[in-house]
Amino acid sequence: MSSKRTVQFKIYRYDPDKDDKPYMQDISVELEESDKKLLDALVRLKAKDDTLSFRRSCREGVCGSDAMNINGKNGLACLTSMDDIVQPITLRPLPGLPVIRDVIVDMTQFFKQYHSIKPYLINNDPAPERERLQSPEDREELNGLYECILCACCSTSCPSFWWNPDKFVGPAGLLAAYRFLADTRDQATSERLDNLEDPYRLFRCHSIMNCVDVCPKNLNPTKAIGKIKDMMLRRAV
Amino acid sequence: MKVAKRTFDAVIVGAGGAGLRAALQLSEAGMKTAVLTKVFPTRSHTVAAQGGVAASLGNSTEDNWHWHMYDTVKGSDWLGDQDAIEFMVKKANEVVVELEHYGMPFDRTDNGKIYQRPFGGHSQNYGQTPVSRSCAAADRTGHAMLHALYQRNVRANTQFFVEWMAMDLIRNANGDVLGVTAMEMETGEVSIFHAKATIFATGGAGRIYYSSTNAFINTGDGVGMAARAGIPLEDMEFWQFHPTGVAGAGVLITEGVRGEGGILRNASGERFMERYAPNLKDLASRDVVSRAMTTEINEGRGAGSAKDHVLLDITHLSPETINKRLPGIREISIQFAGVDPIKALIPVVPTCHYQMGGIPTNYKGQVVVPKDGEKNVPIVGFYAAGECACASVHGANRLGTNSLLDLLVFGKAAGETVVSDFQSGQLKLQPLPEDAADVSLARIARLETQTGGEDVHEVRLEMQRTMQKHAGVFRFADVLKEGVTKIMDVAERAKRTQIKDKSKVWNTARTEALELDNLIEVAKATMVSAEARKESRGAHVRDDALDCAETPNGRDDKNWLKHTLWYSEGNRLDYKPVNLQPMSADVEPIALAKRTY
Repeated sequence: MSSKRTVQFKIYRYDPDKDDKPYMQDISVELEESDKKLLDALVRLKAKDDTLSFRRSCREGVCGSDAMNINGKNGLACLTSMDDIVQPITLRPLPGLPVIRDVIVDMTQFFKQYHSIKPYLINNDPAPERERLQSPEDREELNGLYECILCACCSTSCPSFWWNPDKFVGPAGLLAAYRFLADTRDQATSERLDNLEDPYRLFRCHSIMNCVDVCPKNLNPTKAIGKIKDMMLRRAV
Repeated sequence: MKVAKRTFDAVIVGAGGAGLRAALQLSEAGMKTAVLTKVFPTRSHTVAAQGGVAASLGNSTEDNWHWHMYDTVKGSDWLGDQDAIEFMVKKANEVVVELEHYGMPFDRTDNGKIYQRPFGGHSQNYGQTPVSRSCAAADRTGHAMLHALYQRNVRANTQFFVEWMAMDLIRNANGDVLGVTAMEMETGEVSIFHAKATIFATGGAGRIYYSSTNAFINTGDGVGMAARAGIPLEDMEFWQFHPTGVAGAGVLITEGVRGEGGILRNASGERFMERYAPNLKDLASRDVVSRAMTTEINEGRGAGSAKDHVLLDITHLSPETINKRLPGIREISIQFAGVDPIKALIPVVPTCHYQMGGIPTNYKGQVVVPKDGEKNVPIVGFYAAGECACASVHGANRLGTNSLLDLLVFGKAAGETVVSDFQSGQLKLQPLPEDAADVSLARIARLETQTGGEDVHEVRLEMQRTMQKHAGVFRFADVLKEGVTKIMDVAERAKRTQIKDKSKVWNTARTEALELDNLIEVAKATMVSAEARKESRGAHVRDDALDCAETPNGRDDKNWLKHTLWYSEGNRLDYKPVNLQPMSADVEPIALAKRTY
């Protein structure tokens, strides 16, 4: 690989303060050898044009800030390699949420759904002096669930969420719901299931599996949703 | 420009571990609280902590707080205040168990207790053998902790102001703190948050260095705001360089890797730590390991074509252990080093990681400053906790896993102090000065109108390169001196930053310019304090400090067993004594000794 290379971008731009409507901007930037990830390239681009706006923080895939639509697929800029990326690199905001500016979206609806599943442990027993015990096997049930970084790649790639963002909890929220249903320390199983028993909140998931395809942490919301549906079914019979 | 005013019982700035832990105390006590945060809470940098949180639960190996206290004082190279350290280690079990009750998914031992692993500098029986003291959720402890704390705050109905950037501290003529000004990033509007109590939990400023494990957001906002408001910064010369940042990328590889059995090797494959720390070897304290690595590299034993890094080896661990205990590290190695650690060695270098100094506080979380001949007088209405604060428990060098413990213990303590001051009626809503928002509005106006100014990106880069070159792992008298001149020049340039983006909406160019003002305060404090401290202690090691019987390892207790206080105004230094006295009679002071591992 040569040390300097120029890459082409096509970026969704919109500043409500000055633009009547959004447009796609063609722009290129020369990268240094140390620019390995898409986020590095965006930072380089921003040094050239400081009006380009995007969220970013940890740059290592744990904070969930820099989710965007990259060449048609949702992902994190910081985990997207520049080595084999197709040019021009087309960047758009996450689909289905209101755009605030450039690739920055308003995530209110996404977090509202997350909050709606009561994303906290419910255990009404008096707190013991020491930790509540949990076997390593029971703890393992939480693997693949608790690691979610709330980046919204999944929910904003889900057609059911696009249609009903106000009624369907969406893959991220449902993954979190199952994280608490699966926790042996949690006592609110039936309350949690009641909260999801509705034609929209849970059952709008039609196993399209876009969520699984895009999750930058390799989590599987569809599987978790299937398990919630199983619990519902077992409860009904 | 008209400025909106909002009134609260308390305002907390920052929603990482410390801010969220403090917020819980206030919300649960029914105080009307605003938590300001420039990122959604779970995006705060606590999320990136990996290896664990210290507590002497003794779930796997025998342990007690006395040993933890000894390790922490020794780790601090005796610069830590022993009252605050005693307070922290005694509270550790309580705050960790509390977190488990909140739902934190700790790994488990076979009998169902919280899993604990060994960590650098933590020992049994006063330095004898490694102890399993780090309570861990795989290698994602910070993520699990931050989410658990956020979730508990959702339950407690805490009121968040998400994507609001605090700009300046508001003080009255008496010096009391009355709140902050803050800018809503979506609209660019400035508001006054008027409160009876203000808690800073704004994290560190690791982005003053070119190579850092820290997130982009770690720009020392609270520390900068405090410095500009006339509050001195304590012990800012002490910066932790974490031994294992991914070479080239800077991304953190937890010390937990070595806790699980990982070994550092030089180019010839030698386990070189045996030569530097015969007892704890790869699990010696971070400053010791970082210096050993740098020495290996400087003496030509580094790996790679440029011989500029060393190698972290876990190939002898089973793939099952790696996948179970270190799954995140495997991901990071593949992503950022192009190496699967099951099969190959990870290239690592010491990388700036943690700010030991900060806003001076006592163990209750009150901000304390010298006044009328007294050294530690609380500022009315002002509290701080976590990395932005200096209690001081880490002194000259922090032990791994003590940072997550610090933010839990002191986040809670600051919250408790505020609640008790509030309930006793001690806290009052004092009248705002007429000009409360003027400084902030002037900063915004300057950015609007500046012409012929300096590029934010360029000035920041110059600051980062200067810090990296002049105040690194090893420090040299002449290089530090030159560094002071250079950083003061950079600071002058930072006063004239210019941005092209003039939008009101989500103007990140403006945010970065405002952040640079904070970073610059931290950079100046660091360089000036480091140049002045003529000894080696913990993470501050200089070439002209002689290692002899009088000053072991170059540490000069006779002249330098004291905390630095740096004032932004006049670039002035002051000092105050270290508290060598524990807070209770439960423990004897840990006597000064030469530090070896």
